Parts: sequence; C-alpha cells; structure tokens
Amino acid sequence: MKYVEEYRDADLTGKLLSDLRRAVTQPWTLMEVCGGQTHSIIKSGLDEMLPQEITLIHGPGCPVCVTPLELVDKAIALAMRPEVIFTSYGDMLRVPGSERDLFAVRAAGGDVRIVYSPLDALKIAKDNPKKIVVFFAIGFETTAPANAMAVVQAKAQNIQNFAVLVSHVTVPAAIRALMESPDVRVDGFLAAGHVCTVMGYWEYEPLAAQYRIPIVVTGFEPVDLLHGILMCVQELEAGRQEVRNAYARSVTREGNRPAQAVIQRVFEICDRAWRGIGVIPQSGYRLRPEFALYDAEQRFPDVQAIETRESPLCISGLVLQGIKKPVECKAFGKECTPERPLGATMVSSEGACAAYYRYGRLAAKGKS
Amino acid sequence: MSTQKLNLLGWTCPVPLQNYPTIVMGHGAGGKMMADLIQHLFAAAFDNDLLAQMGDATAFDLPAGQVAFTTDSFVVSPLFFPGGDIGELAVNGTVNDLAMRAARPLVLSAGFILEEGLPMETLGRIANSMAAACKKVMVKIATGDTKVVQKGHGDGIYINTSGIGVIPKGVNVAPDRARPGDALLVSGSIGDHGIAILSVREGLTFQTEIQSDTAPLNGLVDAMLVVTKDIHCMRDATRGGLAAVLNELASASRVGIEFDEKKVPIRVEVNAACEMLGLDPFYVANEGKLVAVVPAEHAEAMVAAMRAHPLGQDAAIIGQVVAEHPGLVTSRTSIGGKRVVDLPTGELLPRIC
Amino acid sequence: MCLGIPGKVIELYKTNGMQMARIDFGGVIKEACMEYLPDVKVGDYTIIHVGFGLSILDEKEALETMDLLKQIDALGSEEGTAV
Repeated sequence: MKYVEEYRDADLTGKLLSDLRRAVTQPWTLMEVCGGQTHSIIKSGLDEMLPQEITLIHGPGCPVCVTPLELVDKAIALAMRPEVIFTSYGDMLRVPGSERDLFAVRAAGGDVRIVYSPLDALKIAKDNPKKIVVFFAIGFETTAPANAMAVVQAKAQNIQNFAVLVSHVTVPAAIRALMESPDVRVDGFLAAGHVCTVMGYWEYEPLAAQYRIPIVVTGFEPVDLLHGILMCVQELEAGRQEVRNAYARSVTREGNRPAQAVIQRVFEICDRAWRGIGVIPQSGYRLRPEFALYDAEQRFPDVQAIETRESPLCISGLVLQGIKKPVECKAFGKECTPERPLGATMVSSEGACAAYYRYGRLAAKGKS
Repeated sequence: MSTQKLNLLGWTCPVPLQNYPTIVMGHGAGGKMMADLIQHLFAAAFDNDLLAQMGDATAFDLPAGQVAFTTDSFVVSPLFFPGGDIGELAVNGTVNDLAMRAARPLVLSAGFILEEGLPMETLGRIANSMAAACKKVMVKIATGDTKVVQKGHGDGIYINTSGIGVIPKGVNVAPDRARPGDALLVSGSIGDHGIAILSVREGLTFQTEIQSDTAPLNGLVDAMLVVTKDIHCMRDATRGGLAAVLNELASASRVGIEFDEKKVPIRVEVNAACEMLGLDPFYVANEGKLVAVVPAEHAEAMVAAMRAHPLGQDAAIIGQVVAEHPGLVTSRTSIGGKRVVDLPTGELLPRIC
Repeated sequence: MCLGIPGKVIELYKTNGMQMARIDFGGVIKEACMEYLPDVKVGDYTIIHVGFGLSILDEKEALETMDLLKQIDALGSEEGTAV
C-alpha cells in the first residue's frame, strides 16, 4: 500500500536508529500521547531497538481507556433497553463496566451493533424507525468531525430516532494537566499525528513556551515515529523547545478548517472526567444546547449509572499518565489479562497494558 | 457453487415437498415430511451406496491400519460468501482435519440443524455444494441426521460433520512432535477466508476481489508425504488464524517458535483490508491453508513439492522451531524488531484507534 | 484515536447532499465522506478515519521528507540541516 510500506522499511529504520544514536548525548524521557503510536511502537518492536538513553513513556491517548466508568455503565444501561439499538465502534465492546460489558449485554439479548462509521449508525436509525438508535460517540479530536457530522445530518434529514452518548476528550488540556502533575517527568512530547491533522498544531505553541518542552507532531509508522523522536531529541540536545512537524504530508499548522468549523458548530468545550486520572478542566466536548434532542444523556435522563465500582487492583490511571509501566502493576498478567481485564488499558488494543501483554512479555526481561 | 436445480417431481408424500417453499417444524418430526426431505433432497444430492442403506446406522468394513476420527460444526454467517458456502466448508473442514493427521478421508456424517423458515431452495443449494465437494475428494456422506428448530433459534442452518480416515503406515503426524531445529512452513497466503467473510458482514461491507480459500488439502498432503513420511506436525489454520495454530503447536510440543513476518505470504488486498479495519492478518481465519513442521533437511524439497501442487503455489518456509522460550511464539517484525505473537483473545474486533 | 489510513480517491459523487467518494485501499474499496476535503480530486491520496477523509496527502512534502530522512547526517543537524 502506498504511503504505508515505505514507512516500514527495515533499512531506513536502521539508518534512522544510527542517526538517533549519534544525536543522543544524555538520557531523555519522551511521551507519545496517542494509543495508536504506543501500539505501533510495541508491535514493531521499536521500543527495544532505541538507544538506551531514550525512554518512551506512554500517554493517555486512548479514548477507550479514558472514557469514565460512569459513562460505560450508562452505555450498558441504555443498551439493555428494549427500544434501543446501541451502536458503537468495535473497541468499546469489551470495556468492563462495574458489572459487565457491552458484549455481555449483546449475549443477553440486547441489540448492540458494531459500526465502522457514525454514518452507518444514522443509516440504522433510518432503517429502524420504531427503535431509538444510540451511538457511543467517543474519541479525541480526530473522531470529533465524524461524530459531529452524524448529528448535523440527523438534524438536516430530520431523523428523530437518533441520539449520541458523547465521550470526547481533547489533547492540549491533557498535556497541560500532565505537566502540572508533580509525578510526571517528561522532557518532550510526540503529539498525535491525526489529532493534529484535524486541529493543526498552533494550540501546542503556548504549551511548549509555558512548560519549556519541545512538542513534535508525529505519525504512526516506524519511520514516522523515529522521525518524530529524532526531531524531538535534536530540539532537546540543542536546548530548544519548539513545536515541530514530523508528519508534514498530513499535518499543517492550521489543520483542517472545514472539520474544525463543524466541530465548533456541534460541540462546546467542557470539563471531562478521565478514567483513572480524574476531572481535567476544559478537556472535553459536549453537544451544544441546540442539539439537545440528539444528546442521549438528555433523551434518557432516568438512566442512572449504577453504583460505579473500579477494581481496587487496577492502576490504569498511573499507567495512562506514564507514572507506572504496565509491568510494574501487581495484577499485570495475573488477575488482569486481556481475557479478564480489570481496567480499560488492558481491554483496549490501544491500551498500554494490552500492548505490553500482547507483544512485549519478553521486554520485561530485557530493557523495559 | 453448484447450480443444479432440485428434482421436485415424483414424490409420493400426500403433502408433497414442492408445496413447502420453506422448512417447517414438520420436516424434523420423524414422519412422512421428514422422510420426503431426506429422500428427495439429501439422499438425492449425496447419492451413494452407503447412505442408501438408510439404517439408523450405516455398516461398512474398515481397511486395516490406524484410523483417524474427527468432528467439526459449521455456523458461518452469511451462508453464502465470496468463494464458497457453508456446505463446502462443512465438507472441506472435516476432510482437512483428517488430512492434518495425514489420513485419507473415507466417510463423513452430516448432521443438520435447520431453522424453521429456511428456504428449501437454499437448503438444496447447500446440499448440492456438499455433494460436489465430496465428489472432488471421493469421500462419501454415509449417514446423517436432521432436526428443525423454531424460528429465531438458529442462523438458518448449522451443520456438523464427522469424518473417518485411514492413516498410511509409518506416518505419525501429531501436535507434540515439533523439535528444536525443525523448519516451519505454510502452504500459501493467509487471511483470505476471514476477510472474504467480513467483506459481506452487515455493517462492515467493502468491495474486494478476495474469495474464501476453502479447499480440501488431502491432495496437497499426499504430495508432501512423497518428499518424506517424517512430517512432524501439520495444522490447518482456521479460527484464530496462523497465530492460534503456532501457539497450539508451541504449547503441545513444549517448544518455542520463531518466524519472520516478511516471509509469510499475504495477499495485497488482505493486507489492505486488515489495515483498514485495524486487524492483524496473523489472527484472521483461513479454510484452505496448512502449517507444517518438518525436519530442517527436508524443508527445501518440501516447499518445492508444495509449490508444484495447485493448492500450494505460494508455499513458503517462514521460520523454525527453537528450544528457547517454550510455549511462546515470537516474530521478527518488518523493521527487524521482535515481538511476541500471542494467542488471540476472544472475538476479533475492528479498531478505530 | 488514530486509525487513519491512506487511500486513493477513485470516484466522487453526492449522497443526501454530502460529498462522498469511493476509496481504494490497495485493492479493497470502501466508501468515505469527503465533506471535510472540499478541494479533493480523483487520484488524490487521503487519510481516512472512521469513514471520513481528514487530509489530502501532500506528495511533494512526502517525497522531500523521505529524501531528507535518507540523507540526514545527525551531526550536520547542528548547522541547521535539521530533520
């Protein structure tokens, strides 16, 4: 596939690794924000190939992982209602709520369907006028334009039996919260390439200036990741703290303006709770009042989350902030496995715990 | 897929089969309706001397030697997909399980669970498909069973097939025979079947030329045995894909397995579909591919023999069995890194992230 | 957050007033919404995420970056031939 294979080339990867080894003169800790980047790093084995001086810690960029337990419980409650067809992206189906997950609801007879695109959920609403289709609208800014368009189209086509359960989170506020936390020690960030494809990277300039850290917009393939790491290390070695772009084929400073316009039309910024971390101010989106008809939480006000219970053993929050590595969790691989996950970071294929378990068991023995 | 039309003439039942465009509860009740269905649909399609005995059990002589026995159930949805249907799968799948012990297939049984409302035309197509698949392999469906369940209690049709085969003398292919130093081979491109099914699944439709690779592998296995009788292990890589099979072998033989991701044949379109859906091709199902473990000295000759066979044209040596990390499968990634290739967990979910 | 993959636009058309496209992902073809890429043309490569095009890949930029990556001398970066 064009624009894929060439970014997985072993020779170029080897060359960039040598460039990195020559560039580095002291230890640096970098955080890759996006779960997709974490997944790619560990699956390709890149983390074990980096020079010893570079430590990568994995950030909270997994929207599945950070969706609050209360919202997962609400989703499950909605899915169990006989008049509801509950639609979702595939990753959410295995996320454990307080008592069960959406898969279990489906097994018990609930109408739960995986969709590839939010427009598919809209189509299901059109095809099933006697039911209410609820769509679990999770994601970072990357997914917001798609989720927003479903709402815009529902209004334009007057589709009344459609509602979205919103769980959107945004990256810049998360970076701010991480930098404010005394436990987090990061020298530089690899920003999420597809979030920035939508939003541009101008929002990161004040963050880089305020916290004096370089932030490099980075893609997802091994060559892109090494490019981003190399750029970040060059900044650090030179004592600079710029925002730079290592994914220029997809990202511009201003981002995708039409997409941003629709996001702003449908959503407004709000405080959001991040599972395992807590409430981060101004870190999420909610539907604007004029779209209240499409807000599942307002359409179903009587759906209360049952008393939410997190596993006391789970340290997802610490993993999501990069404070602990999955292998440092006492339950990792024992009480908590992908088959019986205690927290979202083990369920989601983007979660650091799942990635470590899946691909990196050997890493626990060597360099971690 | 067969297009032979059902023969609806010449029935004696007072309420003839042709009056029933769909399966009803009576077809499983053990009376005239069921007898009619068996006689004019199943027996007509499968047509052989063993089945013609029409006893509660079928009697026949077994050749001398070691016998292999297997069973498998088929619940695929949709029933018809690019490259095949549930009937073809049901025959090939069981023939392949026998072939993986190097057994020549002798007889099959076929048990059907039909959902009330299943169109007769559909059942006829599936039966004809099975008949064609049996003929290709020269195996007989010697006995069968039919039950009907109420509407809503089955996906149209579920099929169970069991099979008996004969293992040639001097051959011992078993999951626990892999030894450090052995070569790991695969018979062709992986992931075709799973992607073909996904391409027609509700909610994920996409256009592609990919067809299911469903095929009987016993002919390929015969060609492999000519190279050497000392094939250590063979497995067909069905649900859970290549990764599941490699993990099972590593576990059963208590050895480590290492393979090179770049050496595994994968069709360009299968790769593209996996990228699009966020799936790992090593976990996607196949229905006409085998993995073989053979002593290293036979590897080159073996892969050449496989490539000479129509079902093994893309065969490749992909790795080796090692003494390190017993029970664990690892791979060399496209960039030269290393990762563990674990057992798949639960259902394969398309990712957004 | 991010499963966006590159695909080539092979056809453009409208459905329900929305600009849509057929996208070729290396032999697999799927529909995607192009409302966020008003300047897209047949033949362009785009990043597609959950059925929506989010950017048109800049081939010139990609080739320049590739060339740079293949040449880069990390020591030279001090003098400004930065990656």
